[in-house]
Amino acid sequence: MIFAPLLLVALLLVLPHSEPWFHAWIPTLSHPLYARTSFLALTLSHLWLVALATFVAVAIGLTLGVLATRPTGRSLLPTVRAIAVIGQTFPPVAVLAIAVPLLGFGAAPTLLALTLYGVLPVLGQTVAGLDNVSPAALHAADGMGYGRWRRLWDVELPLAAGPIMAGVRLSAIVGVGTATIGSAVGATTLGSPIVEGLVGNNTAYVVQGALLVGALALSIDGLLGSVERRIRRNRR
Amino acid sequence: MNPRALPVLVLAGIGLLCAIAFPFLYVTPNRLLSGEPHSPHVVALALSWVLLAGLGMLEVRGSRVAVALLAWALIAGLPLVAGMDARALLHATAASARVPLGAGFWLMWLAANLLLLDRLRGVRTSGRIVAWAGLFVALVAMSRAGAFESLALVREFHAQRGPFMDALLTHLSLAATTLVLALVIGAPLGWWAWRARRTDGAVVGVLAFLQTVPSLALFALLIGPFAWLARAWPALGALGFGGTGAAPAVFALVLYALLPVVRYTVAGLGAVPPDAREAARGLGMSRLQLLSRVQLPLGWPVLLAGLRIVAVQTIGLAAVATLIGAGGLGRFVFLGIGQGANDMVMLGTLAIIALALAVDLLFQAMLAFTERRS
Amino acid sequence: MIEFDHVHKRFGEHVVIDDLSLRVEDGEFFVLVGPSGSGKSTLLRTVNRLVHIDAGNVRIDGVDVATQDVETLRRGIGYAIQSVGLFPHRTVGENVATVPHLLGWSKAEIDARVEELLILLKLDEPGIVDRYPDTLSGGQQQRVGVARALAARPRIVLMDEPFGALDPVTRESLQASLKAIQRDTATTILFVTHDMDEAFGLGHRVALMLDGKVAQVGTPLELIRQPVNERVREFVGGSRARLRELAVRLVRDSMRKGEIADGDAVDGGSSLQDALGAMLTQGRDRLPVHEDGHPAGTILLADLVASRE
Repeated sequence: MIFAPLLLVALLLVLPHSEPWFHAWIPTLSHPLYARTSFLALTLSHLWLVALATFVAVAIGLTLGVLATRPTGRSLLPTVRAIAVIGQTFPPVAVLAIAVPLLGFGAAPTLLALTLYGVLPVLGQTVAGLDNVSPAALHAADGMGYGRWRRLWDVELPLAAGPIMAGVRLSAIVGVGTATIGSAVGATTLGSPIVEGLVGNNTAYVVQGALLVGALALSIDGLLGSVERRIRRNRR
Repeated sequence: MNPRALPVLVLAGIGLLCAIAFPFLYVTPNRLLSGEPHSPHVVALALSWVLLAGLGMLEVRGSRVAVALLAWALIAGLPLVAGMDARALLHATAASARVPLGAGFWLMWLAANLLLLDRLRGVRTSGRIVAWAGLFVALVAMSRAGAFESLALVREFHAQRGPFMDALLTHLSLAATTLVLALVIGAPLGWWAWRARRTDGAVVGVLAFLQTVPSLALFALLIGPFAWLARAWPALGALGFGGTGAAPAVFALVLYALLPVVRYTVAGLGAVPPDAREAARGLGMSRLQLLSRVQLPLGWPVLLAGLRIVAVQTIGLAAVATLIGAGGLGRFVFLGIGQGANDMVMLGTLAIIALALAVDLLFQAMLAFTERRS
Repeated sequence: MIEFDHVHKRFGEHVVIDDLSLRVEDGEFFVLVGPSGSGKSTLLRTVNRLVHIDAGNVRIDGVDVATQDVETLRRGIGYAIQSVGLFPHRTVGENVATVPHLLGWSKAEIDARVEELLILLKLDEPGIVDRYPDTLSGGQQQRVGVARALAARPRIVLMDEPFGALDPVTRESLQASLKAIQRDTATTILFVTHDMDEAFGLGHRVALMLDGKVAQVGTPLELIRQPVNERVREFVGGSRARLRELAVRLVRDSMRKGEIADGDAVDGGSSLQDALGAMLTQGRDRLPVHEDGHPAGTILLADLVASRE
């Protein structure tokens, strides 16, 4: 679990000084080290995009999921489910591409795509998690005089926290991948060296970007995964 | 208020908002420049959404049917209206002008679809099939009659017909090859993992690990090794096996597809209760007979559900493969983005979405069929 | 005091409670017994308004429950159910403290009360307070469930087949605990079960419910000896009713004072059924009776067979 973040830090420390190695590997390249933006800046910008989008996606997904499972919003549940299911068939690339005509180039369409796409897993898992809370616990909570919102806060959400966290994790991981592709529409992310390397036939750039983004993805997955496990431990 | 009215109210509210706030169409001087928004029917569209909301709140006999009919009419009518508008707008402008559909159109069309989906819930299967098939037929008929010819998307399609068809075929063959390979490799792997009770072992661990790596990174990382392979064995290179192209793309796609195939194979094999397995063995079935006569029939629907997920996922991921020269519909997306040709982007994107939805439907139908038989 | 006054409840076309009136006294252990679908659980839930009645009213100490704030009402009434419904994300201690917590008791008060209840319900394994429900046995879970229902010292406790899912040994032990607690605290308990033995073993009074109506209400002995009609007689046990009677009546009420017999003594507070069991085990037709450990009399097999007051 600690391996991926360590790898990421090591890469961030070592890669800026790795020009001789890449030069030795592919001697034909005149600029074997991506230098347009520092790797640290790329990583932070990538992380920021994902964090912001995931945060907004969680806020939206959680709210919609909670509303659709309340007695008054119950009739919306099938529609919400349909949106989550149909939405999942939309490839992330497609969502990204649709955002471009709306918002132009840069970070904005990437952010919109990340957010829209990120809502789906959180929404789906929130609904599933809240739906699976033991009916006996809910019945007992009602019988003991919990109010509707207090029951949600004290009983339902804690019990659904495991699945919800799984949704957050999925949302963040898909976000890391989509943000990588987002460099193709002008966002500055770790995908930038990859895309530039692919276009300019510079394998060194590709490797540098891919190593970093792979380590970043695994770090985030590991981190959120351990949070999820901790939550699930006592909530069976 | 009728509790079932809420979905209608929400969706009609979204529709109303989109009718007012977002452009229905754009008019652009040519396919590369951006243009002016055009929303010729704001009042009529807004009123129809208000009417829908009103009908949804009413609790009279037939109001449900009326809502469904109106939603149906909107799904069929919105493209028709847009097509007619486009024709009228093009009459007045230069030949190079284009009329792309705006966000208002797309969101309203989506809202109308969701509304119909909601209203048809609980209706007999035959009724639902009639409604959706009727829509399909109506839209195809309108398209045949040339109703959409003036829309930018259709014009782009005509301009790119050849390359588009090639890309579609490439995309389909990438996805199909991946699916077959993933099944051929993944199903035995899943069977082994299930038998050896190694579902949390190294193999599955590596596959889960790969699942996390962003697709673009994995595709790109494969260029080097595949180029080296092609150099080391020229025979492979002669077969079109190189650093870029279909080979590394399919390889990466299969890697992504393996985890779900393995997981669902394990789940499918586990779908047979241990008692039933024991009973079958006790009756003298061999392991192979057990697999073919008990486990396969019982586990097949589970595996099929897994393949549905894999297929949809692969169609989406294959769009990225174009960046390493594998072609496919993603080419239109990224080429279009590069050229700033939004119509081209939309053509590629919609084709990918339509393909994913069609494959999803196909698998759903297969699932329904197998479940009915068993 | 709980009063049901012409209570009526239907689910769709189906009448679940049919113009039912009933009165449960303060400090009474009152059992609603009947086959499934007789409306007993539904009736129980009208008290804490988990079920809304269509007509009539339910009063606690003369106040219509419909007029009270529903959450305040429920927090004032203990509630235990067959599926227990412990909160899996909370420790045993936190589960027991649920209602005191909702009522805003101080931490010191809550801790003291939790400790007291765990002892009362024989949940005295060290460290059990901090364990999570899924590490407990079914019987322990239900003990926690009962402790949770009693936590805020409610004057009324509603129990819906709380022991229905437990094995016979565990069930008997919990029944004994509950009976003792009820006697010591004089809590009014309204208890639902479909088990006639449980009903007669626990209840001061028992109401047999059939088809949404009270077929008969009275002490266990009244139901056994004077069933108002054939259906009641059938439910009470027909010819086996006499065996039930042995389970309900106490040795001290049938013994002969002062006489002396050989054999292992039975306690005056045990049932005639226990005494019969002891006679069969020991192969004797008479046994000494002790009260508080001291000889007090003798019980004869003939008294058991003949016993009819």
